[in-house]
Amino acid sequence: MKVLVCISNVPDTTTKITFTDNNTQFNTNGVQFILNPYDEIALARAIELTEGDGGTVTVINVGDVSTEATIRKALAIGATDAVRINAKPHDAWYVAYQIAQYVKANPFDLILTGRESIDYNGSKVAGMLGELLDLPSVSIIKKLDIDGDKATVEREIEGGKELLTIPLPFVAGAAEGVAEPKIPNMRGIMSARTKPLVVVEPVEVKTNSEIISYETPAPRGQVKLVAADDAAKLIELLHTEAKVI
Amino acid sequence: MSVLIYAENADGKFKKSIFEVVSYARAIADQNNTTLTAISIGDVSADELNKLAKYGADKILNVANAQLKNFVNQAYASIIAEAAKKESADVVILSNSFSGRGLAPRLGVKLDAGVVDGAVALPEQNGGNFTVKKTAFSGKAFATVQLTSANKVIALIPNSYRIVEVAKSAKVEDFSVDTKASDFKAMLKEIVRSADKVSLPDADIVVSGGRGLKGPENWGMIEELADLLGAATACSKPVSDAGWRPHSEHVGQTGIAVSPNLYIAIGISGAIQHLAGVSSSKVIVVINKDAEAPFFKVADYGIVGDAFEVVPKLITAIKEHKASA
Repeated sequence: MKVLVCISNVPDTTTKITFTDNNTQFNTNGVQFILNPYDEIALARAIELTEGDGGTVTVINVGDVSTEATIRKALAIGATDAVRINAKPHDAWYVAYQIAQYVKANPFDLILTGRESIDYNGSKVAGMLGELLDLPSVSIIKKLDIDGDKATVEREIEGGKELLTIPLPFVAGAAEGVAEPKIPNMRGIMSARTKPLVVVEPVEVKTNSEIISYETPAPRGQVKLVAADDAAKLIELLHTEAKVI
Repeated sequence: MSVLIYAENADGKFKKSIFEVVSYARAIADQNNTTLTAISIGDVSADELNKLAKYGADKILNVANAQLKNFVNQAYASIIAEAAKKESADVVILSNSFSGRGLAPRLGVKLDAGVVDGAVALPEQNGGNFTVKKTAFSGKAFATVQLTSANKVIALIPNSYRIVEVAKSAKVEDFSVDTKASDFKAMLKEIVRSADKVSLPDADIVVSGGRGLKGPENWGMIEELADLLGAATACSKPVSDAGWRPHSEHVGQTGIAVSPNLYIAIGISGAIQHLAGVSSSKVIVVINKDAEAPFFKVADYGIVGDAFEVVPKLITAIKEHKASA
């Protein structure tokens, strides 16, 4: 089985988010970039699914040369090879369009993304890829098993879950539960340096969205402390002052 | 032009988050002096459909078809796109629900539309510019996105827009679309709904527990508190990683982001990744025995104390409050 895993290069989860240029640019100064945590889950499952069947796992990223450290990390974890589409990931549509062009020329049995990237939280690429390639897509899956040319996936819904069967190929966004992320071992790290990383130039496409500014959430006022033995006081405040119960 | 919303149902009923979507879409229709159409797919009663009018739908398209009773991402996207074309809708609005997030990107491609998901406020429109504020960096920030395409798709986060009732009546029209077989490749085998539990992503109140609770056997009081408040239960990442609670309850940067009216954090220290997922809560209450816990810095109300002493007192106090109300 040939699996494609779409990966993003995102700020580390501990990053304090700030902006520059009058709040129009994300301040990357001193920010550590990592493989998007949900993409790590997708990658781990792809590796598990191809283990022993002679299959391959290709990772693909739309990014400039600065994302190569993250791509090498994915190779160290166990991807077979990598593709970098040499462009800034302008928006989800741009990224999905570029990946779709690649997949049209290089078909896969299964395409995985993370459920969302932790920077712009879109969860759009999987669905857009599905539409562009006329394949089924499931945006947020919690389990994925393959049996021959069919998959069983568990999809999260509000207050429950759905079990679906889907014929390959299809696109899905992996969330927690699909697999445990894998930590690269020394052999993986050594071999990552020599695994193929192909750089592909982007195709032209019109974008349809633009981030024009950022803001951080308004700070809250000073916390109002209530004595530990006066729980009733807290309930009263929540009822009469905050009016939330 | 007009505005179209997809009124998603859960087992034949619309949730509060859908009425928020209708109210939000009504406001956009009013901004543009145009009409609002709602489309419902599945088995929904006439009474339930009419509720959409109460919040501002002018017209309701009803797709009642046994094959479409349950959600099929591709097929639903095709139908909603056809409805958008029929109604000449240039703005399509959905809930940022699990299903909504599956539909929005497909609709974006079908309608050649820019997509904003995770929207938290009404669009601003001036001089032909159309911008929408959305969450970014998993709740650590907001981004204002300009949509430059003629058509737009917006997915609205639950609890971010207030329901507004308007006295309207709407015509319900049966709507049918010729669907193609390839839209039905994904087959639903089973739906599991935990009917007795409040769903976390669109809950008004969330009671969340952390490592301070010491073990899964101590969640009884968290569940009791949640039950009394009509709240959903949640947890921090270490708790779901340890298998004390299911992943679906993990709130934070790599879990689910919530925006309830009230978030009660018990025994959670408040790591930056957790705070990201709760920052859009209206009111935050923190109960922690460590007065230096970072969570207190972003809380509205706090109790410095041992959860095992404080929570039972809270339960008693709520029971008394309910009895006197």
